[in-house]
Amino acid sequence: MFDWLQSFADWLIYQVIGIGTESRLGVALSFFVYDVLKILILLFLITVLMGIVNAYFPVERLRDFLNKRKLYGLEYFFASFFGAITPFCSCSSVPLFIGFVQGGIPLGVTFAFLITSPLVNEIALAIFLGMFGIKFTLIYAITGILLGMLGGMVLGKLNLERFLSDWVQQLIQNKNKVQEGFESEKAPFLKRLPHITQEAWGIVKSIVLYVIIGIAIGAFMHGYVPENFFEEYLGDGQWWTVPLAVILAVPLYANAAGIIPVIQVMVVKGIPVGTAIAFMMATIGLSIPEGTLLKKVMSMKLIAIFFGTVAFFIILSGFIFNMVFTTL
Amino acid sequence: MRTIKILGTGCAKCKQTEAAVRDVLDKEGIVADVIKVEDIQQIMAYNILSTPAVVVDEVVKIKGKVPSAQEILAALS
Repeated sequence: MFDWLQSFADWLIYQVIGIGTESRLGVALSFFVYDVLKILILLFLITVLMGIVNAYFPVERLRDFLNKRKLYGLEYFFASFFGAITPFCSCSSVPLFIGFVQGGIPLGVTFAFLITSPLVNEIALAIFLGMFGIKFTLIYAITGILLGMLGGMVLGKLNLERFLSDWVQQLIQNKNKVQEGFESEKAPFLKRLPHITQEAWGIVKSIVLYVIIGIAIGAFMHGYVPENFFEEYLGDGQWWTVPLAVILAVPLYANAAGIIPVIQVMVVKGIPVGTAIAFMMATIGLSIPEGTLLKKVMSMKLIAIFFGTVAFFIILSGFIFNMVFTTL
Repeated sequence: MRTIKILGTGCAKCKQTEAAVRDVLDKEGIVADVIKVEDIQQIMAYNILSTPAVVVDEVVKIKGKVPSAQEILAALS
């Protein structure tokens, strides 16, 4: 699918700039140009796709959908699934959380959405697809959605409402005053498409720098970190690498654009896939800045329970990945 | 005078929105009161699910995205 891009990168580096095909620098640069362009193209396409879905199924509609129907447990699936396809900005997590709870959606279902939303998003998927291929991306997305569902179900069972901030509890009590539905835009598809592509372009532009830095670090590690370097320390059979990776990842606040290219190289250099994915999920799904945002609506105890549950499921999926992919 | 409120908890997108709104006002020579609302309780009073949002004379006009100049103009008209 991307052969033409490789030809272009080769042509640019070897012909136009004139670095020899034999030199290490030339090979690295050609890889770099190829990777950056490929990922930017995927990013743009997937962002447009998500933008289209979102234009027809905004979060307001999801809230109404979850609220008005009896879904017999499937609401966890829907919340998690739509968390995956909704563009996510961590600054929206608090309004979203309150809006859901206020709209009468159970806390557990709201958590399902909140867990999956940062884990599986258009940026993570595009870069995953570019670096690891389709099979891996699907497995990652499905795991992320399952993780949100299970996490939401567990948290829902714990009756955590009492740990919400007082003013949020009050909101829940007089929740009937909201619910006026939402006004959907009725503009025809062709009229909305330019706007959607424009927004997608905006998203791509805003993370271009992270992609380039991430791939540059990856390319550097590719060339200078010895093969199987990590394997010696963190390789097979070391079960504790998964929880360790998660613990190390929580204070880190990196976005998917920067972290995935680095993760990819780590996998190539011998870190088990599950450990790497657990690390990545914990970096983007559990972050201290997000925790401080949530402090406005939850007690510390609830944040700790929330983070603990999510961390537990991330570790669990790390183990499962390691078991499934020992042959890779 | 019209009152324009920018709702947002202080993330990058909210600041971009405020800058975009001020820009349009300057260019069009519109005089309006621009207020940045960062308090989450006040924000939630507008019943929105995603920030940033632009409120013109207490009506939510734009939500969940950084608006373009045309969108801001449309919201003001």
